[in-house]
Parts: sequence; structure tokens; C-alpha cells
Amino acid sequence: MTKPAKKHALATRLWHWTNLICIVVLFMSGLNISNGHRRLYWGDWGFAPEHAWLEVPRFPGWMTIPDYYSLSQARDWHILTAWPFALALLLMWIAMLVNRHFQRDITTTRREWKPAAVWADIKAHLRFDFEHAGGKYNFLQKVAYGLVFGVFLPMMVFTGMAISPGVEPWLGWLTEVLGGRQSARSLHFIFAWAVFGFFVIHVALVIVHKPLHHLRGMITGGRLEESDKPAADIKGETT
Amino acid sequence: MKRRNFLIAIGAGFVAGCQKIGDTAPGKTLLEAAPNWHKAVHDALGGRTALAPEFGPEDVSPYFRGNGSTNPTNGDYQAQAEAEFANWEIAVGGMVDNPMRLTMANLRALPQRTQITRHDCVEGWSAIGEWTGPQLSTILDEAKVQDGARFIVFRCADNLNGDDYYESVDMLDAYHPQTIVAHKLNGEDLPIKNGAPARMRIERQLGYKHAKYVTGIEAVASLDGIGEGKGGYWEDRAGYQWYAGV
Ligand code: HEM
Ligand code: HEM
Repeated sequence: MTKPAKKHALATRLWHWTNLICIVVLFMSGLNISNGHRRLYWGDWGFAPEHAWLEVPRFPGWMTIPDYYSLSQARDWHILTAWPFALALLLMWIAMLVNRHFQRDITTTRREWKPAAVWADIKAHLRFDFEHAGGKYNFLQKVAYGLVFGVFLPMMVFTGMAISPGVEPWLGWLTEVLGGRQSARSLHFIFAWAVFGFFVIHVALVIVHKPLHHLRGMITGGRLEESDKPAADIKGETT
Repeated sequence: MKRRNFLIAIGAGFVAGCQKIGDTAPGKTLLEAAPNWHKAVHDALGGRTALAPEFGPEDVSPYFRGNGSTNPTNGDYQAQAEAEFANWEIAVGGMVDNPMRLTMANLRALPQRTQITRHDCVEGWSAIGEWTGPQLSTILDEAKVQDGARFIVFRCADNLNGDDYYESVDMLDAYHPQTIVAHKLNGEDLPIKNGAPARMRIERQLGYKHAKYVTGIEAVASLDGIGEGKGGYWEDRAGYQWYAGV
């Protein structure tokens, strides 16, 4: 009677596709916002070319929402989409701690960080050999997903809040920890591109390696194969 | 090349889709409501009294950028400036029991607050300056705001691209301790580019809320019928968010 176990929990799949839409809207509306003032600064303040550490290029219309320059409309989209993005991330964190997806499939062990093990993993990756015994994801995937869940996406929320003048009065330490409002704005921009970088590599890897299989998995849940179970489970140990 | 065109096509399709959704009634409603969700959270957690950060004298920017109107040429502003704003008056009215006309001398005679704060423009830049002026709450208490009033509207002398500048805030920000009518920047009379002779400081919101060249302070029950009804020049003209705390 028991149904075959799914590879991806419903929570993971719901988060994944909600997040995709949010990221695309936030990134593209963010690039429109960036066109509003194309310089980045460190510290609390900055407004003139001599204060800037980066002159940002103007992003063309096909990269932005809306597809012409409109700071107010881009901000509308950004301000709205920040909600589903941040709430979905929060719910995903709760879900994957509760259903132990995080502990089971994403946390790494000290053994995996040994240089020889890392090197073997990189070589396997370059051979497009992703069939890895002893876990749903191999080491590099775990590190990448861990970074995305643990650093890149939360940093988008934290830096986004730190640059909001209505947040600072009750969360001032956040802006301070991030080095001041203009530093937080620079970090917001940098992490947005880090997320974009992950996105490109991530989608490229899905495309080169059994795209339909993986996509189906991420939509329907797929089937949990023997090799997807953590090594410890296979040996019957408790983790 | 083909793949790139394909990607651009997907991107363009997505953007067009967004724009379609944004044009539907529910889409518009959502986009307009979202700033209020942020405001509800900010109000709940920051409340009436949470202060925007204040800085030390060593943090003040070497100069203070002016934006929007930087030298109004409409009306009698230039003549007023010539006379060093000796005849400038700020009309305090609307839903108040005790309407007043404040001269710059009246303004300077009130208890003053000096604060070094950071000014954040909606475009993205920030500058730090030291502002001095009476708290708006002092003026509103003196004018005796009536019970039904829900917003304070600021009237301005500058006409930008054919429309008079104005702004508005709710009572939470109007009575906030850091909301002052500033007439000094860094210890000097306010420069023209920064709003001489008097401008608002609404420290928990973006720069366009900080009305410059203030000529009127008006208590109202509703923003309908003022300008195009959205509560401010940039709100009416280009759809900027009335709540500018995000
Ligand atoms: C809860 C999440 C987020 C919040 C609250 C938020 C908030 C903001 C705010 C307030 C700005 C305006 C900054 C300025 O003054 O220039 C901004 C800009 C921007 N955002 Fe976000 N954001 C969020 C998530 C994201 C995400 C996920 C991305 C992309 C992956 C993104 C990309 C950008 C970019 C590229 C800019 C323009 C940077 C600049 O030049 O200022 N944001 N965001
Ligand atoms: C068109 C875009 C995307 C496609 C086709 C896609 C596809 C996939 C697929 C097929 C998987 C499952 C991998 C496996 O079973 O081995 C996956 C997992 C994942 N993706 Fe994506 N993805 C996309 C965009 C994104 C974006 C924008 C992000 C985040 C910024 C993201 C973050 C993740 C994460 C964190 C996982 C691991 C989920 C988990 O098990 O907890 N993806 N993606």
C-alpha cells in the first residue's frame, strides 16, 4: 500500500518554482532600479562619482521589468515580490528542518571536505558523472545548495531590509553589521549577481545531464532511488 | 546565436506577461497594496517613536546634493530669495482650530531640534547632514489639529514640470520626534538647492517625502481632491509609492 517515496518533498517543489518566479521578477526589476542611480558606494553614504567604487553599466530594456526605464513601476514589482520570496524562503527553511531534508541531503560531513575527496568530486563533475552513491546530492551540489539556502538568498532579504529607511529605526544593528546603508546596497547588488551566477550554472547542469528526468523530478517529486539515500541509512545506521 | 534569441524571447515573453498582469485590476490592486503591507510591519515594529539613526559630526558628507527642484523660478520665489526670505510665510491650516501664519522668525523662536541624519534618495544614493528646526508636533499642537484629521499635507513653492510640488504623511510620521521643519543645514541657513528657507525632514522615508520650499502645512481627513489624490507630486505624476519606507 505504501506509495514509493518521492525524491523531492512537496515543500521543496513548491518552494523551488515559487522561488524561480520571484527571483526572475526581483532580479529584472532590480536591474531597472539599478538604472536609477548607476553607482555603488561603501559605508553609510555616497552620491557623487568620487565616492563610488563601481560605475554600473546601464542594463538594456530586455533585461529589466518593465522593459523601459521606470523606477516607480520597477519598485512596485520589487516591493510586491519581496513578500512571496521572503516568506517562501522562511517556510522552506522550516519545512526542511522539520522533514530533515536539510540535515539528510544538504549538510556535509567533515570527511567530504578532505582535499582528496573534494578533488575526486570535482573530477567526477567534470566527467558529468553525477551518479553518486551515498546521498541525494554529491558534495559540490550540497555546497552550492547550502550556499544558496544559507547565504545568498537570506542575504538578499537582509540587505534588502537594511536599505529600507522604514526598517532601520527598529533593526538598526542590521544596517550597521552590513557596514552602513550604501555598503548594504552594494552587497544587495553583489549577491543579486551571485544568485544569477548560481542560476546560470545550475540550469546549465540540469540541461546537460538528463534534463527531462530532473525536471520531471522537480515537478512531480520523482522517485527516491536506493542511491539517493544517505550512506548511513543504507548501512542501517542512525544518523 | 539561436539559443540566445530563444532566451531573449523567453525573457521578453515573461516581461510582457508581467506587464499584462500589472495592467489587470487584481494585478494593479496587489502592486498598490504591497507598500502598505511593508508599512503595517514597519509601524507595528517601529511604532511612533523608533528613531532613524543619528550620526556624529565626523560622519557629515562634504557637501549635500540637491535633487528635483534646485532653484525654483516660478512665482515670487526669486524675489523672496533676494529679500533673504524676510517675507516668507508658512500657512498652517486645514482641519485645525487655530490656523496660523508662521514667519521664519516665528519658526526660529520655537524650541529647536538638531539631528545628524542620513538622507536616502529613491534613486539609490545617500548623504548625511545636520538639520535644525522646530518639531512639526510643536506646530501641530499649537494649531490644535482636529480629531478627524488623518494626514498632514505640505504645500511647496516650487513648480516642477508644470505641477506644484506637494507631499503628505500620516499622523504617525507627522508627530514623530524627528519630523522637523528644518531651516538650517550643517549650521548654516538652508541653501536654495536644499529647499530654502524651510523644508521637511521625514527621516524614516525616502527623499521625495521631504518636501522643500514649504509654504503650507495642512491637516486633512483624506487625500482625495488634493492634486490627483495620490498624496504627493511624484505619486501623482509617475506612480511613486506614497509610503516610501521601502
Ligand atoms: C526580500 C527581498 C528583497 C528586498 C526587501 C529588496 C529590496 C530592495 C530595495 C529597497 C532596493 C533599492 C535599493 C536602492 O536604493 O537602490 C533593491 C534594489 C535591487 N534589488 Fe532587491 N530586494 C529583495 C530581493 C532581491 C532579489 C532576490 C534580487 C535578485 C536576485 C534583488 C535584486 C536587486 C537589484 C539588482 C537591485 C538594484 C541595486 C541598486 O543599484 O540599488 N533584490 N532591492
Ligand atoms: C529554469 C530554472 C530552473 C530549473 C530548470 C531548475 C531545475 C532544478 C532541478 C531539476 C532540481 C533538482 C536537481 C536534482 O534532483 O538533482 C533543482 C534543485 C534545486 N534548485 Fe533549481 N532550477 C531552476 C532555477 C533555480 C533557481 C533560480 C534557484 C535559486 C536561486 C534554484 C535553486 C535550487 C535548489 C536550492 C535546489 C535543491 C533543492 C533541494 O533539494 O533542496 N533553482 N532545480
